[in-house]
Amino acid sequence: MTPSTQRRIFLAVSLLVAGSALTVIAGGGIGENLVYFWTPAELHQNSDKAVGATIRLGGVVQANSVDWKMEEQHLSFTVGEAAVDEATPVRVTARGAPPQMFREGIGVVVEGTMLDEGVFQADKVMVKHSNEYRAPTEGTDPQTLYATVEEL
Amino acid sequence: MTRASYARTRTVGLALVVLGMLVMAVGHGWGLFVAPREAMMGDVGRILYVHVPTAWGALVFYLVGFVAAIGTLWTGRRIFDASTTAWVEVGTLMTMLLLIQGSIWARPTWGTWWTWDPRLTTSAVLAMSFGVVLLLRRLIDQAGRRSMATAVATIVATVNVPIVYKSVEWWNSLHQPMSSRESIDSPMWMPLMITSLGVTLLGIGLATLRTLIELSRLLAEEAAPELPELPDRLSLTRPEESP
Repeated sequence: MTPSTQRRIFLAVSLLVAGSALTVIAGGGIGENLVYFWTPAELHQNSDKAVGATIRLGGVVQANSVDWKMEEQHLSFTVGEAAVDEATPVRVTARGAPPQMFREGIGVVVEGTMLDEGVFQADKVMVKHSNEYRAPTEGTDPQTLYATVEEL
Repeated sequence: MTRASYARTRTVGLALVVLGMLVMAVGHGWGLFVAPREAMMGDVGRILYVHVPTAWGALVFYLVGFVAAIGTLWTGRRIFDASTTAWVEVGTLMTMLLLIQGSIWARPTWGTWWTWDPRLTTSAVLAMSFGVVLLLRRLIDQAGRRSMATAVATIVATVNVPIVYKSVEWWNSLHQPMSSRESIDSPMWMPLMITSLGVTLLGIGLATLRTLIELSRLLAEEAAPELPELPDRLSLTRPEESP
């Protein structure tokens, strides 16, 4: 076999390996096994597995649901599938102040476990940012938004 | 490659590096001082102009390396072998910077330095797999084998590029989905395009210079006289001097 034939066989094999790996992954082959967080609805479906296990829950902080007790450093809020979720909302409790961007109506991912009484106890609260980058509308200053969050 | 074309290519490479840095300086000046604050994130949002161009650079430079790797295996020419390494190195530099910048951005916005989100996890795997490609290259002495191993490993590692790109669509993630022209306000779009152009020019310049260095190294290696064969058994004593 000439060196050039050998090289081209290597080329064909490596493209084949790369191509099939990509097809398997893109086709959802490992998709179901790679779950970063459950949505509130998925959490309800898997409620038997959720209690006691370390899991992540992702959703939207419901309006008028945030309760921040500064003295006790205790935070609780409700996470829903969408901005308004009547069907499968989950109550979340956490210790410590949330990230600065935390507010009602924003996407969050919380890490922790489900307690028996149906409350999610979060060790970590993370705030999602959308893919939108907007100039502030007139009359609003982002720094004041931060300030209102700190006073929650 | 003649001596003259080598010198010319080197000048072009250096010029692209300088031009890329100038364009980036304009874009970053615009992003930092002219563009408005982001409505939700405030000044922190300005890292957009650093992070998105870096991500673009990382993925595109790896893709160029992938094309060069195919060229290596198809033709066996040194120039493709040298440029595969060059592009993979520049891509890896970008990916490292990308991970660091992302972490710095994540702390004030998400509230954590790191999380095993699909986008972050696949990006970390991307950096590591191309790190292995570069390591592998340094471990092989024989030129023919080395070029083949580099090319094959580069092609296989490139599988991660579309996975990183699509990860935010395929899986639930904390990382935001891809932005588009519609999701970024006009005064923020311009500096983003300028910094992306700057990173692209800088990357092309760096990869050009690195290709020339690698090419010289390969040529020097071929020109070097072969080492004398070692005897089967090494004697620890000096041969007896003849009287």
